[in-house]
Amino acid sequence: MPGVDGFMYPNEIELQWSVLIVLYPFLTGLVAGAFILASLERVFQVEAVKPTYRLALLTALSFLLVAPLPLQLHLGHPERSYEMYLTPHRTSAMAMFGFVYLWYLMAVLVLEIWLDYRRQIVLLSQSSTGWKRAIYSVMTLGSTNISERALAIDEKAGWLITVIGIPSAFLLHGYVGFIFGSIKANPWWSTPLMPVVFIFSAMVSGIALVMLLYMLITWARRQVIDMKCVDTVARYLFYIFVIDFSLEMLDLIHRIYEADESFRSLDFMVHSKLYLSHIVVQIALGTIAPIALLGLTQVAKLSDIARKRIYAAAGCLTLMGIFAMRWNVVIGGQLFSKSFLGYTTYKMGLVAREGLLMAILLTILPFAILWVLVKVLPPWPEASSGSIPDAEPAR
Amino acid sequence: MNVFKDAGHLFRLAAVFVAGLLIFLVIRGFLVPKSFGQLGHYRANAVAEIAARPIKFAGHESCEGCHADVLDKKKNGKHAGVNCEACHGPQAQHADDPTAVKPDKLDTAVLCARCHEANAAKPRNFPQVDTAEHSRGLPCDTCHHPHSPVIVAGGAK
Ligand code: HEC
Ligand code: HEC
Ligand code: HEC
Ligand code: HEC
Repeated sequence: MPGVDGFMYPNEIELQWSVLIVLYPFLTGLVAGAFILASLERVFQVEAVKPTYRLALLTALSFLLVAPLPLQLHLGHPERSYEMYLTPHRTSAMAMFGFVYLWYLMAVLVLEIWLDYRRQIVLLSQSSTGWKRAIYSVMTLGSTNISERALAIDEKAGWLITVIGIPSAFLLHGYVGFIFGSIKANPWWSTPLMPVVFIFSAMVSGIALVMLLYMLITWARRQVIDMKCVDTVARYLFYIFVIDFSLEMLDLIHRIYEADESFRSLDFMVHSKLYLSHIVVQIALGTIAPIALLGLTQVAKLSDIARKRIYAAAGCLTLMGIFAMRWNVVIGGQLFSKSFLGYTTYKMGLVAREGLLMAILLTILPFAILWVLVKVLPPWPEASSGSIPDAEPAR
Repeated sequence: MNVFKDAGHLFRLAAVFVAGLLIFLVIRGFLVPKSFGQLGHYRANAVAEIAARPIKFAGHESCEGCHADVLDKKKNGKHAGVNCEACHGPQAQHADDPTAVKPDKLDTAVLCARCHEANAAKPRNFPQVDTAEHSRGLPCDTCHHPHSPVIVAGGAK
């Protein structure tokens, strides 16, 4: 049979989880990572990253809005999906996703953004006209109280929400890792390290994305990039990346040492079908290269322009590497036979409900949403907003 | 008192959330089937609802009454144990009113491969062929008679 090497059970030949299921953990990872970067400023008082705070929140929101779409497209009956809210199935992790998602969206992100922007929303509702005024007025919920005390209360509430938000962000993405890690029939997935690795890789990708977006948007607005901010973000990216890499290596060493009955089969897969995406793209280009680049900026004294370029390169490589990691987990886990005697091939459709074009569309969509959000809620300091009317953010 | 006044917008927000929750509960009341949860995490009426649906399969015996010729052929062949509707699909409507509803013509290249395509996971003694190689693109019923598939000397039997 074409695409099949060795022996596959009939139900293993075709992959059930497509590129969209690769995209889903990638997108939620970006959400969790961006949020954790924002909380650095809020809870851990890292003042230097402040310029990215609001941008990170808006990025998290726009990606979170898109995150469930790949799942909806994957479902045979998407119109029934809301039923998991009506009759919650408490013993199924997948069925509980709806609640984790809703909690994170409504109780954490929207709330935190609203509190943080409230002053500006109130001001905008008074200064703007027409339909814009109507939108902002609805967003004020009819309260124009921006007295100092009211804002102080907002500040406290926002802090509290961030504190709740950090474990929630961990929950959101740890949950995605949990879904894979708890599938005990699949040795490529089944490891309790999975949620932890997912969380750290999520932080890595989210931070890299916000760093890139910040540099890109600032450049597009013809403003000066705050190097202290980018340096700090890059430093955190470096630290967390090192932790993430160690965890992944720990997992790898554990597998090699344990060498259970699945090992030879998986080892062969990594050296054949997954060689390019796993060894080359994920580990060499997507992990070791950016860590080395970021490490270089930590030890060597480089000019601003050199650092900027290195950060941009490292950020892009990181995103590619984390995407490859999701790919290798999701697709790699379905390429080998449970008999450990054969391998199949993933055939991705082009124009299909779960095909490549759809995946590209879903990757671009969050940037479009972010573009709208940035228009409605400008993330830069209030003084400069409005002065550059047609800033061209993200793509 | 002042704290309440300055946190007024938070109360409004809380009110929005409560309103959202109430709307959700009302909608839920309408949408969740009444018998849900009576016996377990499903609609207790599910079985009755399914039983009430129109019957799709007529069963082997019902075909036998009108298609005795086919039955005669089939009962001595290798497909004796294969139900008519396993190949012809659900035909209850046809059995009720044979002139109004006629079964679709079958495409043997697809139909026969469904059971006979070679696959290592099938029991070894089940007859299976690599269809592409075996039939060279011809429909299977150019050589095999579907109701009595074994080919014997002197033509299909
Ligand atoms: C009440 C009698 C009756 C019953 C019961 C019945 N059939 Fe028929 N069937 C007919 C008649 C009459 C025709 C011929 C219709 C015509 O050519 O107009 C026919 C034709 C067919 C044909 C050929 C259609 C064609 O295109 O030539 C198939 C296949 C068939 N029946 C299958 C079945 C199967 C399978 C069953 C059992 C579920 C079944 N029939 C039950 C009376 C019956
Ligand atoms: C192995 C699959 C298979 C089974 C089992 C089978 N058929 Fe058929 N049958 C076919 C195919 C293939 C044709 C020819 C294509 C067509 O007419 O759709 C056919 C043709 C027919 C025809 C019309 C031509 C003819 O030979 O008279 C009738 C009537 C029919 N079948 C009835 C039956 C009945 C009744 C049964 C059960 C006793 C039955 N079939 C079981 C595959 C099957
Ligand atoms: C629903 C499954 C099914 C379909 C569809 C089906 N068959 Fe069969 N076939 C069987 C079964 C079951 C046997 C009997 C196997 C046994 O006796 O061990 C069989 C036996 C045979 C045999 C005898 C093999 C031997 O030498 O023992 C031939 C030839 C055959 N089928 C050809 C066909 C052709 C041609 C078609 C398409 C018209 C077809 N089959 C469609 C299930 C099917
Ligand atoms: C060109 C004529 C021809 C066509 C077309 C043809 N077959 Fe056959 N088939 C034969 C002959 C002849 C035999 C008997 C060979 C033997 O017994 O070794 C046979 C044997 C078989 C057997 C029994 C094999 C076994 O190991 O017992 C199966 C099953 C079978 N055919 C299925 C099919 C299917 C399915 C198709 C359609 C895809 C098909 N055939 C098309 C001529 C044909």
